[in-house]
Amino acid sequence: MSSGIEQVRSLADQAYKYGFTTEIEAEAAPKGLNEDIIRFISAKKGEPEWLLEWRLKAYRLWLTQEEPVWPRLHHAPIDYQDSYYYSAPKRKDGPKSLDEVDPKLLETYEKLGVPLQERARLAGVAVDAVFDSVSVATTYREKLKEHGIIFTSMSEAVREHPELVRKYLGSVVPYSDNYFATLNTAVFTDGSFVYVPPGVRCPMELSTYFRINAEKTGQFERTLIIADKGAYVSYLEGCTAPMRDENQLHAAVVELVALDDAEIKYSTVQNWYPGDAEGKGGIYNFVTKRGACRGRASRISWTQVETGSAITWKYPSCILQGDDSVGEFYSVAITSNYQQADTGTKMIHIGRNTRSRIISKGISAGHADNTYRGLVRVQPKADGARNFTQCDSLLIGDLCGAHTTPYIESRNPTARVEHEASTSKISEDQLFYVRQRGLSEEEAVSLIVNGFCREVLQQLPMEFAVEAQKLVAISLEGSVG
Amino acid sequence: MTTMSGPNEGTGSRDGAGAPLLAIRDLHATVAGREILKGIDIVVPAGEVHVVMGPNGAGKSTLSYVLAGRDGYEPTQGEVVYQGQDLLAMKTEERARAGIFLAFQSPVEIPGVTGVNFLKTAVNAQRRARGESELDAMQFLKLARRKAKELDVGEEMLRRSVNSGFSGGEKKRYEALQMTLLEPRLMILDETDSGLDFDALKTVAQAVNGMRSPDRSILMITHHQRLLDLIAPDCIHVLIDGRIVSTGDRSLAHELEKSGYAQFAGQAA
Ligand SMILES: Nc1ncnc2c1ncn2[C@@H]1O[C@H](COP(=O)(O)OP(=O)(O)O)[C@@H](O)[C@H]1O
Ligand SMILES: [Mg+2]
Repeated sequence: MSSGIEQVRSLADQAYKYGFTTEIEAEAAPKGLNEDIIRFISAKKGEPEWLLEWRLKAYRLWLTQEEPVWPRLHHAPIDYQDSYYYSAPKRKDGPKSLDEVDPKLLETYEKLGVPLQERARLAGVAVDAVFDSVSVATTYREKLKEHGIIFTSMSEAVREHPELVRKYLGSVVPYSDNYFATLNTAVFTDGSFVYVPPGVRCPMELSTYFRINAEKTGQFERTLIIADKGAYVSYLEGCTAPMRDENQLHAAVVELVALDDAEIKYSTVQNWYPGDAEGKGGIYNFVTKRGACRGRASRISWTQVETGSAITWKYPSCILQGDDSVGEFYSVAITSNYQQADTGTKMIHIGRNTRSRIISKGISAGHADNTYRGLVRVQPKADGARNFTQCDSLLIGDLCGAHTTPYIESRNPTARVEHEASTSKISEDQLFYVRQRGLSEEEAVSLIVNGFCREVLQQLPMEFAVEAQKLVAISLEGSVG
Repeated sequence: MTTMSGPNEGTGSRDGAGAPLLAIRDLHATVAGREILKGIDIVVPAGEVHVVMGPNGAGKSTLSYVLAGRDGYEPTQGEVVYQGQDLLAMKTEERARAGIFLAFQSPVEIPGVTGVNFLKTAVNAQRRARGESELDAMQFLKLARRKAKELDVGEEMLRRSVNSGFSGGEKKRYEALQMTLLEPRLMILDETDSGLDFDALKTVAQAVNGMRSPDRSILMITHHQRLLDLIAPDCIHVLIDGRIVSTGDRSLAHELEKSGYAQFAGQAA
């Protein structure tokens, strides 16, 4: 007999379905972090002098910085010298076409449900596959090129489109931004680069799939997306990692730039390895994501479904600079066992009549802790600015925590900022009702949680909404007794 | 003999009527450490409609919850045999999949879960359990629309979140809709008539009557005579303070209406 939700049991290890490793010969830089390592990475990528200088400047600053202490997160000190900062599957030099990609890698992505064959299941979605420190394949490049769209790895963008990279890289997240962004600036290895020219609607979903494979290796990717005037692009990132006892660091930076009337939709389905039921292992996910609505009536929308990682520290934000620009943040963060998430957003209203909308759904089970932390700032010139924020928390069991920490700073009397918050539990009533209709307890929890998240999941591109619903169910597997 | 065949049709019968679908014998149950059911005996042959009447707090809803397998409603003594199976050993959802449907007295809201999604998930969970193919979205919608129309459930109600912002009457109709979609074998109706105006009552009664068949049984909990006028019962049980104090035919309901429960007060000590 089932014993009800008061007996919340821990997630079984096997709930994480992406915990395998790929045996592949890798080329790695020696362990540890110093200027030589940074020079090594830069040289590996054949970078121009200005980029190396930028990295070194960041590194020297980072040495003087301290990890932030304000998040509601607890972890043993990270030993930054005990990690590899560069690991790449060995391959011959030369242009990478799909035929040249190591079959083992293709197989890995196949297993992850991300086939890299262009006529495969996700037909209509262009994929950039990042494996540890480097991009191993990018699909549909030719088709996108016909529209003038650039979709390539960051390393290649540095070589092929240096003027664009130099103009925009670090223009949204400066090298000095915060401890983890500064570290990323010093050691970033790869990531995706997107440029959509004026007036072009990108005809397919673009996506990057990040995979950490190597042991004791951090992943530091850098993504830059530029939507020129009147352009539109929808972009999705997915992530997984093998199950390992050690904690691995993922410190990414994502920068978005939307010019006049442009729109960027950025969706994340984050499923890094969360650690085992006792809280051992898992990815530390310290990520800086920020979008600049630089042009008039530009629009940036972040949607995130955060189910993995031992620690999630992440605040995808919008700088609403252009008049009439719009920023949106839709978030589902699920934590179970000993996972911790401190996540939210920042909406900075600078231009007139700028609008923002924040919908956050936090779900905690087991011993997990889930914090929404958000800032809405209205600058003096942002006449008529509007924000609506809604933060809902759902608790499963009695041992987990949910916290909501909204900061509101309004320096314009014409602005209107609304905040709503709620905390609820899955009630015995609801579970019984749904099970009485024939659903198992786990199916019932999944249905109820998916209902709770619906507003956010609806924002995801169709191709991924169903996957995300399944992921929500999987992440809570075993969390109800 | 029947369209749905259980693993074991059971044995024994009351007065030579059909084989019992449900046999409750000396059932005791506690809620929050207090004994609420103190010895219930009810035998429902297949095809019959049985009514449980009793004052507020007698334990009627508790009985329905124990039969449906709600956590916290713990049987402590006696047995319940359903289709020849030990019902009390089954999980809530196993009972539902075996054809037990409870129309709730107060259905709960499930925010964000649309009726279409909820009903389709439930119907398919049960079809899967019976080894039948699942209905796809189009097949299900067609079916749901037809049944909803019969029950005067507006189509927009199917798009809304389950029970969210529904009036009392809407909730009851929605329960009836679920019942007709799931086609259960044993229907337990817990005060489905309360809070309904006469038209709605007639619609719901029609739905229930439409489902009556030789292999389906109904256990109907009610305070009111008027539902009994619309759904002719075979047997009335009077439940007072956790015990069945009287069992009889329809005339017992009329007697109750005249003289109330006081006449049984002594027996329920
Ligand atoms: N969840 C519960 N917790 C505590 N007491 C309960 C609970 N459910 C029912 N009871 C008690 O059980 C008794 C019978 O209640 P119920 O079965 O709802 O009666 P009825 O449906 O006949 O009005 C009442 O005294 C009620 O207070
Ligand atoms: Mg009752």
